[in-house]
Amino acid sequence: MAQAETIGLFDGPILARAAGDSFLKLNPVTLMRNPVIFVTEVVAVLTTFIGIEDLLRGAPAAFPLAIAAWLWLTVLFATFAEAVAEGRGRARAESLRRARTDTMAKMLLNPADRALYKPVPAAQLKAGTLVLVEAGDLIPSDGEIVEGVASVNESAITGESAPVIREAGGDRSAVTGGTLVVSDWLVVRITAEPGQTFIDRMIKLVEGAERRKTPNEIALDILLAGLTIIFLIAVVTLPGFAGYSRTPIGIPVLAALLVTLIPTTIGGLLSAIGIAGMDRLIRFNVVATSGRAVEAAGDVDALLLDKTGTITFGNRMAAAIHPVPGVAERDLAEAAVLASLGDDTPEGRSILSFMRDRYGIGAERPADAAVIPFTAQTRVSGLDHAGRSWRKGAVDSVLKRVGAPAPAAFAQTVDRVARAGSTPLAVAADGRLLGLVELKDVVKPGIRERFAELRRMGIRTVMVTGDNRVTAAAIATEAGVDDFIAEATPQDKLAYIRRVQAEGRLVAMCGDGTNDAPALAQADVGVAMQTGTQAAREAGNMIDLDSDPTKLIEIVEIGKQLLITRGALTTFSIANDISKYFAILPAIFVATYPELGALNIMRLSTPESAILSAVIFNAVIIVILVPLALRGVKFRAVGAASLLRRNLLIYGLGGIVAPFAGIKAIDLLLTALHIFA
Amino acid sequence: MTWNGSAQIALVLTLVFVSAFPVGRYMAVVFEGRRTWLSPALAPVERGFYALAGVDPQRGMGWKEYAFALILINALHFLLLYAILRLQYYLPWNPQGIAGMSPRLAFNTGASFVTNTNWQAYSPESQISYGAQMLGLTVHNYLSAATGIAAGVAVVRAFAAGGLRTLGNFWADLTRCTLYLLLPIGTVAAILLLVSGVPETLAAYAQASPLDGGSQTIALGPVAFQEAIKELGTNGGGFFNANAAHPFENPTALSNVLENWLLLLIPFSLAIMLGHMVREPKQGRALFAVMAVLLTLGVFGAYAAEAGGNPLLAHAGVSPAMGNMEGKEVRFGVALSSLFNVSATGTSTGAVDSFTDSYLPLGGLVPMFLMQLGEATPGGVGSGLYTIVVFALLSVFVAGLMVGRTPEYLGKKVQAREIKLAMLAVLILTLFILCGASLSLSLPSGLSSLANAGPHGLSEMLYGWTSATENNGSAMAGLSADTPLLDYGLGAAMIFGRFAFMIPVLAIAGSLAAKPKLPPSAGTFPTTGALFVGLMIGVILILGGLQFMPADALGPLAEHFAMLAGKTY
Repeated sequence: MAQAETIGLFDGPILARAAGDSFLKLNPVTLMRNPVIFVTEVVAVLTTFIGIEDLLRGAPAAFPLAIAAWLWLTVLFATFAEAVAEGRGRARAESLRRARTDTMAKMLLNPADRALYKPVPAAQLKAGTLVLVEAGDLIPSDGEIVEGVASVNESAITGESAPVIREAGGDRSAVTGGTLVVSDWLVVRITAEPGQTFIDRMIKLVEGAERRKTPNEIALDILLAGLTIIFLIAVVTLPGFAGYSRTPIGIPVLAALLVTLIPTTIGGLLSAIGIAGMDRLIRFNVVATSGRAVEAAGDVDALLLDKTGTITFGNRMAAAIHPVPGVAERDLAEAAVLASLGDDTPEGRSILSFMRDRYGIGAERPADAAVIPFTAQTRVSGLDHAGRSWRKGAVDSVLKRVGAPAPAAFAQTVDRVARAGSTPLAVAADGRLLGLVELKDVVKPGIRERFAELRRMGIRTVMVTGDNRVTAAAIATEAGVDDFIAEATPQDKLAYIRRVQAEGRLVAMCGDGTNDAPALAQADVGVAMQTGTQAAREAGNMIDLDSDPTKLIEIVEIGKQLLITRGALTTFSIANDISKYFAILPAIFVATYPELGALNIMRLSTPESAILSAVIFNAVIIVILVPLALRGVKFRAVGAASLLRRNLLIYGLGGIVAPFAGIKAIDLLLTALHIFA
Repeated sequence: MTWNGSAQIALVLTLVFVSAFPVGRYMAVVFEGRRTWLSPALAPVERGFYALAGVDPQRGMGWKEYAFALILINALHFLLLYAILRLQYYLPWNPQGIAGMSPRLAFNTGASFVTNTNWQAYSPESQISYGAQMLGLTVHNYLSAATGIAAGVAVVRAFAAGGLRTLGNFWADLTRCTLYLLLPIGTVAAILLLVSGVPETLAAYAQASPLDGGSQTIALGPVAFQEAIKELGTNGGGFFNANAAHPFENPTALSNVLENWLLLLIPFSLAIMLGHMVREPKQGRALFAVMAVLLTLGVFGAYAAEAGGNPLLAHAGVSPAMGNMEGKEVRFGVALSSLFNVSATGTSTGAVDSFTDSYLPLGGLVPMFLMQLGEATPGGVGSGLYTIVVFALLSVFVAGLMVGRTPEYLGKKVQAREIKLAMLAVLILTLFILCGASLSLSLPSGLSSLANAGPHGLSEMLYGWTSATENNGSAMAGLSADTPLLDYGLGAAMIFGRFAFMIPVLAIAGSLAAKPKLPPSAGTFPTTGALFVGLMIGVILILGGLQFMPADALGPLAEHFAMLAGKTY
């Protein structure tokens, strides 16, 4: 698996550019998308005017100007957070853009005649056009192979430099613009309109240009806007109460109170969290076609996993030997090694490595030994040397050679092994039956633990396999999946997904073939393999550039991490409010009711420094939390209850306590510097 | 605080908490339309009503139809009540010959009783006839209570199953609530009150000749039946001006305990009902716990404040041993008075057996803050339930993301539409309370209503707007409320606080009802257990209460600290 180039959390050029961008983002028209920060900007403008007016009148203007400055910084820190997140995406887009060169395509005028083509700029190719791509050419745009077989280097997309075979028909007929044909030639029917190719779409996604707010983000935005309005009412009505109490309150103070109460922390970081979530997926070489899909990944209740390649290695490997009564285990092992020297299949090689690991038997072929290679006809391999012979192969073939009937114990073992879903191979030496080698579809190490983790997270795993029920059940038990679909047809998958969805659960699956497309489209999260067909890639809402189906598990974790980060910072932001009342309210009212100084439990030095400290804390906390927003809150595969307990303690209780310490520290600093003290 | 006082409080609360469980289970049976032990007697009556009205009780209504039916009957009843109050002079049962109310006061009173607020800008003894008390106010005590409960039940149904298109039949809910719940308990309670000495008569006011000469008019009336539903339906409108402090409304310590029990009973039982109706009793118990914890904290907070007595008086040589007895009845004492007033403000009853205006600043802050929290601890009948469900949705939404799934409550996903409606509802309350109080304190016509200067005056005005908007109805009696500004302003606040909150909540119910009900898994946000209860308490305090802190600081808090410093106004 090739990782896309890693970009550090604080990459110098990105930060520099983000600092510049954060000023461009002050444009109120674009800022309006973010109600909390927009209100902060409006208030900052107002306070600035008051400060300048005071300055012109010769009145003391230091306090309103200081408040105004920090309100502007609050807005800038928020836009900066978004700009940093976007900058990281943009750096990735640059590397993709390098792949989209302006090549000339060879447009075929007559499909039957490959010699006659017209050079056309790749950017002008329309869908449906047929083009010829020869060795050394870049494929000009996305398309479907109509004719030919070629090896294609797709490293521009996947980062994997080993070429892959692409051919007409079947599941490997899709090609992607920007990839390089290394050998042979292809006739390709273009399937993407100009500007709509896979790379184009990826660039837009990565840059965040087409970023739409996800459903959960919209709901959160509404909550934040609602809270903003509620606190706006509280602050706007305050002069009425204060007027009755003969407590004049200046606009800068009201501005400070408003901005510290509205949820600026989460408001400022919300879009950065979303962009960073997409970015984490892309770093993981998975492209999601929408943020909605990433969110859905966090919600998934069931994972449909293909057995082969995901749960098991996919090829059968030696896992045990069973000698017939009266034969030593070691003799059987030695015979099996000698008989497998002529077997070049993966199964044969697995026997050699198994015997080496388990019994320490090296695979040394005696000189002048005659090797009998394995063939599909004989289904037996072996070795003849010094008048002796060793044979290994399918049980019936070997038995036929031995001639004598097999002992009852042997037949029972064969039966048992087959019922467990394994493949028995018989081993004979000098015409005598020695025993069995059991080949098993080996479950990947660690997968059982992963499934247990998923179960703790409340996610069911479902194994999909073409095997018969007996084999499927055996592997399902060994891997620890919750359910399996045996002898699965594409229709079975689709039906299963529909059934689970009807119970209100969300399903994720991955697939690559054209016949997977309906199920991919039906699943809430459909991860298509980059090596898959065009149909599959279009049906899914994520594409895995590494074509590694095990990644489904990590995709779910990334989705959860995105939601957790949002929830943690929302909780933190709202919990912050309590301390701010204790900082600002006594400061405002202490002139009229000196006794309310009792509420100044932080013992902040002066009213001005108390208010300013709260505003400064409110701004600085945004910057402090940017790394957390970009990196995401660590996800732990534990149940929801313990996850909640932990996060509530850190971000809820922490959100209540942290600002008390922070505001006090800032106040001490201001006092030490004799600012408003 | 004394052990005796704390034990009195604990006894009453325990009685409430224990009885909420069977009553909640019974209510689930009633609203699921199943047979109850009262059915043999009441089912024919019920069927008779349906036949008479041409209602098919089995026909479900979508949220819009449900809300429309609810608004329709309340609007008609508002007009009816307005007419009764205006025309009471010509109506039967008016031995005192009381004149009709002014249009302004009739509007305010009509709004007040239709919205289950029972704010009383009028003085009952001189401004309302027996006929209007019985036909107008008592009937509306039943109707507004049943309306609230029906809306609460409709919201609960949204969580009962997936893919529902209807929330139940409003007419059936209204009928069953009245027949099977309010009337039986109300009748038994009325008889118990009669036994303890509450009058129920249509005779004219009595004339007495006291020992010190002269003559005294003693107001009477059909009190007992109205008193029972006044508490049971969390209405709170007193038959007499002195409300439950009046010896004919609440003659003994025992009747006081009964009334206290009645006013807390249904709000707590509704939480238990929710658990049974969603087939997860634990869920109901969690909401019950949130309500119980906040109310208990409030009661003991107020009791602690009042039991300490007024430090200024202690300074002047008065023994603080009895606590702050100003405005309290000696037959109840500080503990039961604090319990009653906090219970009546924690629910939206608003009845009083002692005068909040005379409470110490912090003792008065507790009732006001419980109202500001949104009347969900446990809140009014029905309204408390749907308000706490709104808070549950918000809690789940804010913190639920922290388990890595989009939030869901009781198996229903909480999405943009629900949050929009929930915030809209919460916003209405803040808007009316803060804008109303702030404006009234800035206008000369508002200031003229205040009896006290300084922070206490601010508290009186803020309390009035809070009470009206939250449909509580209790008042700091210092406020003269029968003025054009307050009659119309508070009348509007009551109507919006009731219906502009209830309609978005029913819309939430409609939206949630249609969603599939997701089965819980290990990844589901747990909405039971101590952690969730703690979380909800935090969310209610922060989202429901923080916006009122600046105003509260200038009222009760400023008064409290000034008092400690020996300052008076």
